Amino acid sequence: MTAAITVKNLTKRYKQVLAVDDISFTVKKGSITALLGGNGAGKTTTIAMLLGALMPTSGSIHILGHDMLGNRYPALQKMNFSSPYVDLPWKLTVRQNLRVYGKLYNVPNLEKHIEKMAKELDMIEFIDRPVGKLSAGQKTRVSLGKALINTPQVLLLDEPTASLDPDTADRIRGYLDNYRQHHGTTFLLASHNMKEVERLCDTVLMMKRGKIVDEGTPKELIKRYGRKDLEEVFLDIARGTSAEAAA
Amino acid sequence: MTKPLQRVYAVLLRHLYILRGSISRLIEIIYWPSVQMILWGFISRFFAMSSPGGGPSTMGMTAFGTLLGAVLLWDMLFRTQLGVTLSYLEEVWARNLGHLFVSPLRPWEWWLAMMLFSILRALTGMLPAALLAIPFYGFSIFSLGLPMLFFFLNIMFMGWWLGFLIMAMLLKAGQGAETLAWALTFFLAPFCAVYYPVSALPAWLQPVAHALPASHVFEGLRALVKQHEFLTNEMWYAFGLNIIYMIISMTILQIAFNSARKAGTLLQSGE
Repeated sequence: MTAAITVKNLTKRYKQVLAVDDISFTVKKGSITALLGGNGAGKTTTIAMLLGALMPTSGSIHILGHDMLGNRYPALQKMNFSSPYVDLPWKLTVRQNLRVYGKLYNVPNLEKHIEKMAKELDMIEFIDRPVGKLSAGQKTRVSLGKALINTPQVLLLDEPTASLDPDTADRIRGYLDNYRQHHGTTFLLASHNMKEVERLCDTVLMMKRGKIVDEGTPKELIKRYGRKDLEEVFLDIARGTSAEAAA
Repeated sequence: MTKPLQRVYAVLLRHLYILRGSISRLIEIIYWPSVQMILWGFISRFFAMSSPGGGPSTMGMTAFGTLLGAVLLWDMLFRTQLGVTLSYLEEVWARNLGHLFVSPLRPWEWWLAMMLFSILRALTGMLPAALLAIPFYGFSIFSLGLPMLFFFLNIMFMGWWLGFLIMAMLLKAGQGAETLAWALTFFLAPFCAVYYPVSALPAWLQPVAHALPASHVFEGLRALVKQHEFLTNEMWYAFGLNIIYMIISMTILQIAFNSARKAGTLLQSGE
């Protein structure tokens, strides 16, 4: 399988703070990869650099064969992003938002596509309501709808099921898994939900203080650290309590 | 529609939705130019009628026409600048910049959409004001003919580059500098010779006025109303200056944009 994302020696320094420290990784096409780490580990900074919204201090990023530091636009046309921390315009309705973003990505048969997505993501009942009047969970679904509007080949998700109740979160996970199988989309997601990562992800990249400190499949990591689930592995890495276990 | 045009249309559509969904915004856009026009119209008519004989003097009526034209053009300048700056601020307030800048939208497409929206916004405000002046004062800015089109074009150009400069400052300084959106253009007003000729300024300030495109437009307007003469050289000066300032402001904006990408402020902008 070829790489959808290739990152080499990526570094981001803000004056005295080294936010991302010389990381390299690849994400295989059609895979779901998780970027895990505690707060301030460098996940959001890494995602922002992959999206081209943040310039790295050094290193290189290639997405779908396009050099993101040279000309990022051909890649941006084929990727998308969702985060509960970046809003969509609150005064616009869900449909208006999806229409605007659909046009930004030149989506063909846009109206039909919006209807289809609204059904799939269970947004029909509030599609003509302003985004600002939706619940947190509904907003997360709308944000996901925006992220899928262009049927992206690469999708970067920051906490895709944040603020969702367990039932909706579970349905969204199922939806994302089906979506990947159906469209062959590559996912890179940052999440604090270890159950979600265990269920969805093929590969996990563990970040700490701007570095990738470990990587592998969820099962490999659990076995390597001698723990019963990924949450315990996460705690080990975050607290530095089991370095020797993994060595 | 080509892909770039479709993306420009998408940004326009986004702002049209805001306008359509907010009657108060629409009223505000129309309200201020109309109030300005009515207020300045009555003031200038009062001065025009205040000749020693009690009736209207030719000089007074000329001043009246000049002043009304100047009020309209000045407001057009301010509204065009505001149209650009507010389009940017709308995205900041909505915390939407993060989504826009990770889409295939190129900066120049975004800026073009802002310019187009500012025309729409300015015309929405100016047309009712210009039409009101006809029944209120018997003054039609449209009667000034084709030269008025050149005045408007130059004024819009200046509004755009001022808007882009302010946007660059907002990108650099953050939302704390938001008052610039309303204040900067008015700071330039005394040097733009809006309501008085450049010669009324102290000699040391006159070069400043000559360096601003608006002063050439307003000198041109006065010559048109008073002497029925279209001063083409003033228009060329204004166009030339506008092109120079547009290049400078776009360069500064691009630098500010790149700097925001380095600092990571694009994703963090918001209330």
